[in-house]
Amino acid sequence: MKHVLARAVLCAALVLPVAAQAHKMWMVPSATVISGDDAWVTVDAAVSNDLYYPDHFPAPLDALVITAPDGSIVKPENAATGKYRSTFDLPVPQKGTYRLAIVNQGLFANYEIDGQKKRWRGKPEDMKSAIPAGAKQVQVSEMANRVETFVTQGSPGGSALKPTNKGLELVPVTSPNDLVAGEKATFQLLIDGKPAANLKVVAIEGATRYRNAQGEMDTSTDKDGKFSFTWPNAGMYWVNASTEDTKTSVKEAKQRRLAYTATLEVLPQ
Amino acid sequence: MRRNLPFVLCLVPALARAADMNLSVEIPALKVAEYHRPYVAVWVEREDHSVAANLAVWYDTKKADGEGTKWLKDMRQWWRRTGRDQNMPIDGVSGATRPAGQHQLRFADGKPPLGTLPPGHYELVVEAAREVGGREAQRIPFDWPATRPVHLSAKGSEELGQIDLDLNP
Repeated sequence: MKHVLARAVLCAALVLPVAAQAHKMWMVPSATVISGDDAWVTVDAAVSNDLYYPDHFPAPLDALVITAPDGSIVKPENAATGKYRSTFDLPVPQKGTYRLAIVNQGLFANYEIDGQKKRWRGKPEDMKSAIPAGAKQVQVSEMANRVETFVTQGSPGGSALKPTNKGLELVPVTSPNDLVAGEKATFQLLIDGKPAANLKVVAIEGATRYRNAQGEMDTSTDKDGKFSFTWPNAGMYWVNASTEDTKTSVKEAKQRRLAYTATLEVLPQ
Repeated sequence: MRRNLPFVLCLVPALARAADMNLSVEIPALKVAEYHRPYVAVWVEREDHSVAANLAVWYDTKKADGEGTKWLKDMRQWWRRTGRDQNMPIDGVSGATRPAGQHQLRFADGKPPLGTLPPGHYELVVEAAREVGGREAQRIPFDWPATRPVHLSAKGSEELGQIDLDLNP
């Protein structure tokens, strides 16, 4: 029994990082450039292999944070989670840019108690009380994962894109809703509010089902954390960067994994 | 006093002939199952693509609660260059959509919406976007002010027909 369990743990340890890479989490809004102040957008959120087809798992909406152009936090409407995707609607009455983010930040622990394997996920301050005193094989890791997309009514602007200075974040140099095929767009990545230098960034155009190759574009951030892409085509692009460091909030966690993902829409000329 | 009268009469036509531009925009008649009149925007761009003047915006002004503004973004270039910064309706610029046919517009130097353009090189842009249809933009480069009457034109292929621009000094 112990043997089987050990193998299961090993399998999980081997499979999980690979699975985390293969599956992409994303949000896709029905439109990113909006005119008219009574407009709404509807958004799909999922974890999938193909972009942007929900074929694996719905994205959890419990960590959804929507920031309006005036900086206030607004609630989604008609949120629902189905077999393969979550959906929600968002009215966009304010002029400026809305930030839609699924923010998973916190600790993940695996432990055993009375021969039972347990998992826990939560905030650093809750860890002590959440994990029983007799727990064995306690393994704690920290994660700061942010999946975003952007919607602008009228002109891009407002304070929704101000960084929170926690985890890996994107700061626009080019507005994320002012992207046009053939033009260069520049953004900055921050880790805890400081430039994330020399970080690999990938961009994959959507509609992967209709071509043979992933068509991944790679670049790296410079010393100021800045990177640029020149979009070859109009479409939705999945932009992703990830890294890890040892800046954990509890000593039990040896590593912090950071990831940032954005869905960006590029319009035709 | 009476002696001066012929002189004054001479002056009046001269004043009336301030520099102007006469524009003719053709909206083509299309044989399609579902036809909606296109949204059309006409504007003047400087060499750096910034907008020197918004000349016309034709959109659905009749829908309740300003719902016609929802599709303004479909005139992609106009929306990006200037539309997204506007509050609709724009006085003296925007109006209802127009049917297929030739539409004559006249803009006079020094008067809104053209205003006074500093001498230089510009582009007149006409963009059309049609519900359940296509989108097209045509550009006509010109120098302002014209030193003699100038005739310029462009021809659309899908959503726009013949566009004629006549500049008078």
